[in-house]
Amino acid sequence: MSRAVEESNRAMLRARDAMDRAYAEPLDIPALARIAHVSEAHFIRTFRATFGETPHRYLQRRRVERAMTLLVETARDVTDICYAVGFGSLGTFSRTFRQIVGESPSDFRRHRVASANVPSCFTKAWTRPSSFG
Amino acid sequence: MTMNAISRSQIYVLDQDEALDFYVNKLGMEVNTDQDLGFMRWLTVNLPGDPEREILLEKPGPPALDPATAGQVRELLTKGALGGYLFITTDDARKTHEDLVAKGVEITDEPTERPYGIDFGIRDPFGNRIRIGQMFPRTT
Repeated sequence: MSRAVEESNRAMLRARDAMDRAYAEPLDIPALARIAHVSEAHFIRTFRATFGETPHRYLQRRRVERAMTLLVETARDVTDICYAVGFGSLGTFSRTFRQIVGESPSDFRRHRVASANVPSCFTKAWTRPSSFG
Repeated sequence: MTMNAISRSQIYVLDQDEALDFYVNKLGMEVNTDQDLGFMRWLTVNLPGDPEREILLEKPGPPALDPATAGQVRELLTKGALGGYLFITTDDARKTHEDLVAKGVEITDEPTERPYGIDFGIRDPFGNRIRIGQMFPRTT
């Protein structure tokens, strides 16, 4: 029983790592489910049970987190950043960013400062917007 | 009294033989001590040329942990939530990254240039996170 949980956890973690690493690529549920070696429905259900949110939302928030970082740390324009983090259209990006962050990308950029020199893995893990509180 | 070095660190692994294969054959570490103490297998590795800093590869289990707790540790480890974090420096992050990719090591974060250096992330077979960085000289 617990061996099965461990193997399942590890498979879900591989898929989550793929989202952290390749967030800018057109990752979809079939591709992620293949990484985890399970069916699509099983993947969505199990990922949620393991990490507390669906893979779609995890990826969306990862992309928004990367966009937040690029907005603060670079001078690239918003459209450029939108595609750089994996969104397919500016409309979807702006809407999603506002839903999650509570303001537009441009407003966000105006009043945020760059984070300290901590390793980016920690920044990625700790500044990814979530609904966990 | 002056404390002067961090000499041993510990991470949990699910299987010590598999851990040896990863840390020695893939990451290029060497076995420092592999001794059956009777009550446990004391298994430590170190980077070549640096035997003063060892990493204990400990298997969670009874009697140190009751079976239920050991199970919880294993579950947290496999979902990447157990802490246990190694930071290793290299003199060439991009080359080290290439070598590890060729050996099939799981990359969690591609090499990125940051103010402090160039670094990337990998996972060991069990879920432990490892960060490998080519650090820029500190400006103090």
